[in-house]
Amino acid sequence: MTTTESRPTARKPAQLVDMSWDPITRIIGNLGIYTKIDFANREVVECHSTSSLFRGYSVFMKGKDPRDAGFITSRICGICGDNHTTCSNYAQQMAYGVKPPKLAEHITNLGEAAEYMFDHTLFQDNLVFVDFCEAMVKATNPGVLARAERTAAPRGDVHGYRTVADIMKAFNPFEGEVYKEALKISRVTREMFCLMEGRHVHPSTMYPGGVGTMPQPNTFTDYLSRLMRVIDFVKKAVAMNDDVFDFFYEALPGYEEVGRRRVLLGCWGAWQNPDVVDYRYATMNEWGRAMYVTPGIVVDGELVTNNLIDINLGLRIMLGSSYYEDWVNEQPFVTHDPLGNPVDMRHPWNQTTVPVPQKRDFDGKYSWVMSPRWYHPETGQHLALDTGGGPLARLWSTALSALVDTPYVKATGDSVRISLPKGEKLPETTLEWRIPKWSNTIERDRARPYFVAYAAAMALQFLEEAMGMLHSGDTKVFENFEVPDESIGCGFHEAVRGVLSHHLVIRDKKIANYHPYPPTPWNASPRDIYGTPGPYEDAVQGQPIFEENGPDDFKGVDIMRTVRSFDPCLPCGVHMYMGKGRTLSTVHSPTYGANHG
Amino acid sequence: MTTQRDTTEVRDEPGGAEAPSGFDEIHILWISEGMSCDGDTVSLTAADQPSLEDVVLGLIPGLPKVHLVNKVLSPSLGGEDFLAPYRAAARGELTPFLLVIEGSVPNQNVIKGDGYWTSFGNDPETGEPQPLNWWIDQLAPKAWAVVAAGTCAAYGGIHAMAGNPTGCMGLADYLGWDYRSQGGLPVVNVPGCPIQPENFMETLIWVLQHAAGAAPPPPLDHMLRPQWLFGKTVHEGCDRGAYYEQGDFGLDYNSPKCLVKTGCWGPVVNCNVPKRGWMAGIGGCPNVGGICIGCTMPGFPDTFMPFMDEPPGGTLSSLVIKPYGAVIRRLRGLTNDMVNHEPRWRHNKRKLTSGYDPHWRA
Repeated sequence: MTTTESRPTARKPAQLVDMSWDPITRIIGNLGIYTKIDFANREVVECHSTSSLFRGYSVFMKGKDPRDAGFITSRICGICGDNHTTCSNYAQQMAYGVKPPKLAEHITNLGEAAEYMFDHTLFQDNLVFVDFCEAMVKATNPGVLARAERTAAPRGDVHGYRTVADIMKAFNPFEGEVYKEALKISRVTREMFCLMEGRHVHPSTMYPGGVGTMPQPNTFTDYLSRLMRVIDFVKKAVAMNDDVFDFFYEALPGYEEVGRRRVLLGCWGAWQNPDVVDYRYATMNEWGRAMYVTPGIVVDGELVTNNLIDINLGLRIMLGSSYYEDWVNEQPFVTHDPLGNPVDMRHPWNQTTVPVPQKRDFDGKYSWVMSPRWYHPETGQHLALDTGGGPLARLWSTALSALVDTPYVKATGDSVRISLPKGEKLPETTLEWRIPKWSNTIERDRARPYFVAYAAAMALQFLEEAMGMLHSGDTKVFENFEVPDESIGCGFHEAVRGVLSHHLVIRDKKIANYHPYPPTPWNASPRDIYGTPGPYEDAVQGQPIFEENGPDDFKGVDIMRTVRSFDPCLPCGVHMYMGKGRTLSTVHSPTYGANHG
Repeated sequence: MTTQRDTTEVRDEPGGAEAPSGFDEIHILWISEGMSCDGDTVSLTAADQPSLEDVVLGLIPGLPKVHLVNKVLSPSLGGEDFLAPYRAAARGELTPFLLVIEGSVPNQNVIKGDGYWTSFGNDPETGEPQPLNWWIDQLAPKAWAVVAAGTCAAYGGIHAMAGNPTGCMGLADYLGWDYRSQGGLPVVNVPGCPIQPENFMETLIWVLQHAAGAAPPPPLDHMLRPQWLFGKTVHEGCDRGAYYEQGDFGLDYNSPKCLVKTGCWGPVVNCNVPKRGWMAGIGGCPNVGGICIGCTMPGFPDTFMPFMDEPPGGTLSSLVIKPYGAVIRRLRGLTNDMVNHEPRWRHNKRKLTSGYDPHWRA
């Protein structure tokens, strides 16, 4: 099901070289990439992705008190742990039948907005953009850098840089102006986060049933003043990114094919609407559609569904290349959902995780990650959805659905309009993200700063509503509940890098089964039982190589850009591997000035 | 209550005093491929006093020149290029270096046959994933100092809870509690889930100053934690401690009062977060409405679960404090009422009644 069309050029005899990168840097978690590259035709021929860490959350959570789940699952991820806590609390609230007070929803939404702003900024400016900075481009595409030095930056009036090369210089690691500013901004946005959720990255004030955060006037004014201090940086980031990415398309014709795959995007929705959400499964479609980022599955540019119930029932956890025993012969935990729909044996509710450590064999089992897929009823296919790194799927689903209509953010059907107020230097600004032609590396990266703007804009609305409640004396933030003897629950949320769902089964007031499905298993999954590669594998496989270096001093920057565009977050690493036992002319690991002096 | 406060006196141990130091340059080889979430690395980027970039760019006087090698922040594209300094250190060709381990250390011995729980790069001979344990075995004996970043690396943490399939543990459990580095130091534990950013940074600075020959080794307690950070309890630094003393407890999370009845373990947990906040004095745990779940402790998480129930000891201590607290609270209420009144002589009548007398002599 690889879907990148090969370019119509005369093929030369293949000159295949094995290339691997393990571990991958500037991501969260352990990931290695194993590829076969055809240097004669300058393209990646094959790619496998593998993860090299198993911790066993779904194993050791069995039998524990379900109220502990939010505290425990936060520890799955060290950059977006709070997304897990929030998602777990959503799932628990469904299982306990409790709805938090509205102010608790606003506080949670403000915390998550700050997380998106922090995480995307740190990742984009300090990790991703090192691949686009002057030092890197000089080492991989000197011709492109020379051109960037001659190219005026079209949006210089906003960000203040004269040429595209000047922007690239500003991103040089530890020395560039924007690189350093981004580190500082990522601290201010984390302070905003701490005002709402107590600590970063594992929050202290989040509970099923609400929050413990004290809703005092300064809780909100401290957040607001910091938000206004970073608002101009957000506007500049969008302008700088747009200038660099537009330039790449122009300087390297065909760059749109890098990391391109079929449009198969999933988004599970973010930020509950406190006036609509009640956490009941029966009404999940309604409150799901009322979220301030619209859930949806987009296939080939068309919206397949907005219904969280359909999304939930279509989840299938496949094996094929992962180090686990199958659970298909175990007893199911959940045969029917609360509405009486049958639940598949491969659904996370019914999953049993049995780890089987073993040798890595790229023709057999090669990853600790399983292969989540979504069953598409119309075609009967198990789709390897990706998240576009998070923002691409969120913006795409929201734009197409045209449901979000707020004072600061409006979805139009083919775009999302984001209005940001006047800042210290820059005037009131309306940004418009339009649905792009491709789901590729550049568009995944381009969407990220737009989503930072989206989060900043939504935060303004949440602040206004929260302060309104505070001023009217409505300060309740927690609702008590009883843990039932038996229950099930599911939570749908957007982690920073994309879809996140938690699936919980309670028996005898204890966790009988708990399976979190974060974005990275979707993106980093290995080939499933049908041989369908995961999104990283699919996106890298068949992509052209634009780097000017030959096999001897090859860096693989185009491949790294693709992998990083998905915002890998693998505290359950990934490796990719290319090859089906063909004889290779060379085996080589790229180096980048490897020395220790 | 008392907490144990013994000290590991590094200075009196063999190799402690005459171990090499006074370095102008040092590498920090950071491995987050323990069973971790990388949250400690991410937390480190939140530190501001000093910030990581200050240390790396040499803006802090008195430190050696620092070469930080960390997967999350490395400008390298990865793979062998990134691994080069680790490989050199394993061959004994790179000295001195500081080894930082992030994440729990798995037990490879429970695996029957092939396989691994967590790996870091590949074994060049076989092309198979190189287990983390191999790297620790190679690097720990050669490291000038070893630092465990976060509770997972220090004591095992979340992944070592009851029912875990990996048999994982903390670094000192793995290396032995009597382990000593080339610099004569035991494992330096900076627990926290994740590390409080400045707690880690301060400890790192002290170790680096020691490496530069400008400071003695950092004082550690019996669990190898920095004494000055973990010598007090959460309760001893908590904004809400006074409510406890007055026997005034919150019964759910809406309350701004003491959280002991709703699951807070603050009175018995070694940690300075309520005092220090999380970033720039903002945030924290019980001080801002989050129960203390004991995330810095060797017994975390099992001894503190279920987190949202009152700790067993809390029932007794809150019972004992209640009558005292009730009396004290009422007496304070009376005094508070008194000091809420202005004196009688503040009025705008025609007569001055303040006791003013310009000719008064004692």
